[in-house]
Amino acid sequence: MSITREEVAHLGRLARLELSGDELDHFAGQLDDIIGAVARVSEVAAEDVPPTSHPLPLTNVMRADTVRPSLTPQQALSGAPAQEQQRFKVPQILGED
Amino acid sequence: MTEIIKLTAAQTAEKIASGELTAVEVAEAHLARIEAVDEKVHAFLHIDREGALAQARAVDAKRAAGEPLGPLAGVPLAMKDIFTTEGVPTTVGSKILEGWIPPYDSTVTRKLKAADVVILGKTNMDEFAMGSSTENSAYGPTGNPWDLTRIPGGSGGGSAAALAAYEAPLALGTDTGGSIRQPAAVTGTVGVKPTYGGVSRYGMVAFSSSLDQGGPCARTVLDAALLHEAIGGHDPLDSTSIDAPVPPVVEAARSGDVRGMRIGVVKELGGEGYQPGVVQRFEESVEVLRGLGAEVVEISCPSFVYALAAYYLIAPSECSSNLARFDAMRYGLRVGDDGTKSAEEVTALTREAGFGPEVKRRIILGTYALSSGYYDAYYGSAQKVRTLITRDFEKAFEQVDVLVSPTTPTTAFPLGERVDDPLAMYLVDLCTIPVNLAGNAAMSLPCGLAPEDGLPVGLQIIAPALKDDRLYRVGAAVEAAFVKKWGHALLEEAPQL
Repeated sequence: MSITREEVAHLGRLARLELSGDELDHFAGQLDDIIGAVARVSEVAAEDVPPTSHPLPLTNVMRADTVRPSLTPQQALSGAPAQEQQRFKVPQILGED
Repeated sequence: MTEIIKLTAAQTAEKIASGELTAVEVAEAHLARIEAVDEKVHAFLHIDREGALAQARAVDAKRAAGEPLGPLAGVPLAMKDIFTTEGVPTTVGSKILEGWIPPYDSTVTRKLKAADVVILGKTNMDEFAMGSSTENSAYGPTGNPWDLTRIPGGSGGGSAAALAAYEAPLALGTDTGGSIRQPAAVTGTVGVKPTYGGVSRYGMVAFSSSLDQGGPCARTVLDAALLHEAIGGHDPLDSTSIDAPVPPVVEAARSGDVRGMRIGVVKELGGEGYQPGVVQRFEESVEVLRGLGAEVVEISCPSFVYALAAYYLIAPSECSSNLARFDAMRYGLRVGDDGTKSAEEVTALTREAGFGPEVKRRIILGTYALSSGYYDAYYGSAQKVRTLITRDFEKAFEQVDVLVSPTTPTTAFPLGERVDDPLAMYLVDLCTIPVNLAGNAAMSLPCGLAPEDGLPVGLQIIAPALKDDRLYRVGAAVEAAFVKKWGHALLEEAPQL
């Protein structure tokens, strides 16, 4: 199993990372080494072993639906890169047509 | 001045309560120390002089008014820059949050303020807590006060270095795979990863949510216990917070009695590949425990050899999902928004500009491990390994009260040595990672200097979930025995800065 430059570029697109050409070269080699090393988990991952996703046996944790203090719109928008009319202002999401 | 900065947190609080010192004097002494040495150490990313002095003045006013003071009132603390602090910058060591001023406090921040702790500032860290050397910080590395050309550990290198450089008697860390314990080990300080869910994660920037755990850092076991008690406990704002009282950690730290306790030496954590001086100091610690009346046995945890591999699938997978929130829309950096680009393009350009190499590596690795076709082989298998490791711990704790191992395979290595060799860097966390996968509690405390390089070695103590008090009981016993043997605390041997 080896990871190609093209695969890294594809993963970058999935993860919304506009990787540079140098990064693609560099990461492809490194990721290949890392994947090679971590793949050993399959050696002991037998059929009858259940997976653990979390250290606590949690089910949904609910709370009473009561009103409590929260951020003001001004506070919530305080870190916004751009804002307009008390809303987050974002670049276009849909295409022109 | 020198006297004040060398006091423990417990001593400092006592002197403030008795009126021997004022909180303002204590804060000023530490701010002066930071001013004098932090240019060299670079433990801090942000110093909140005004905030610290205002809090200190409030403590002094409380005392003057005869109001009761808590056990850490007026004690200064260095906070890892991963906890949100209202009105004070929080960067997580990343350019993507440069200049961000959180509009709210993390639960831990809020509890510390309520306990009248004086927050001096925010400490350096590997970007998003991904790393073991603090070299992945976007704001430059931190030096190890024992040798400024060496790593202070990571990701919480800034917090550990601040303690070792006497810039603060208390600090906060987070531990996803060893980010509290490994820096503690290589700087000769104390660090505790509480039981998963023991300290609220609300307002703690997420890296790998099923592993991340905030915890105390200090120069003594008792100080760590006092801080643990102040920040621990159930929080309705964190759905993974355990609804149980904080274990009696302070009482355990004051007792330090290990007579009759059963202690297991983990066979798989030690031996080949470990620095001889680390092994030597570890074996001495085991002898010390035996001498104090503990019963020591060897315990095998065969699945631990797969822990590192499982971790480097689980943590990147969770991080690739968690870090999706940095989309340049609601807070943080935004790059390339020139009116012609789509939101998606702006997000990709911003993340490319705002994240450093290790964060990108892990996001890509996690995206790979979670992608269809690979999910079962990688992420799925890693989750099974997690079950096997948990079973190893369960079996071990049927036989012993705590487990011990070296905290790290080596002492602090030179800055730059492993920064572009991810696999070599990942090996640093070999001994600490199994604990995060199972959600147990663990501590690292100093157990001497490695003879070959004169650098600190850490002893790791591991307890079952919710038995954090056992760490403090054993840690206090070992600490007292070593201080008696050496005639002073280990940090006294660190060079003058």
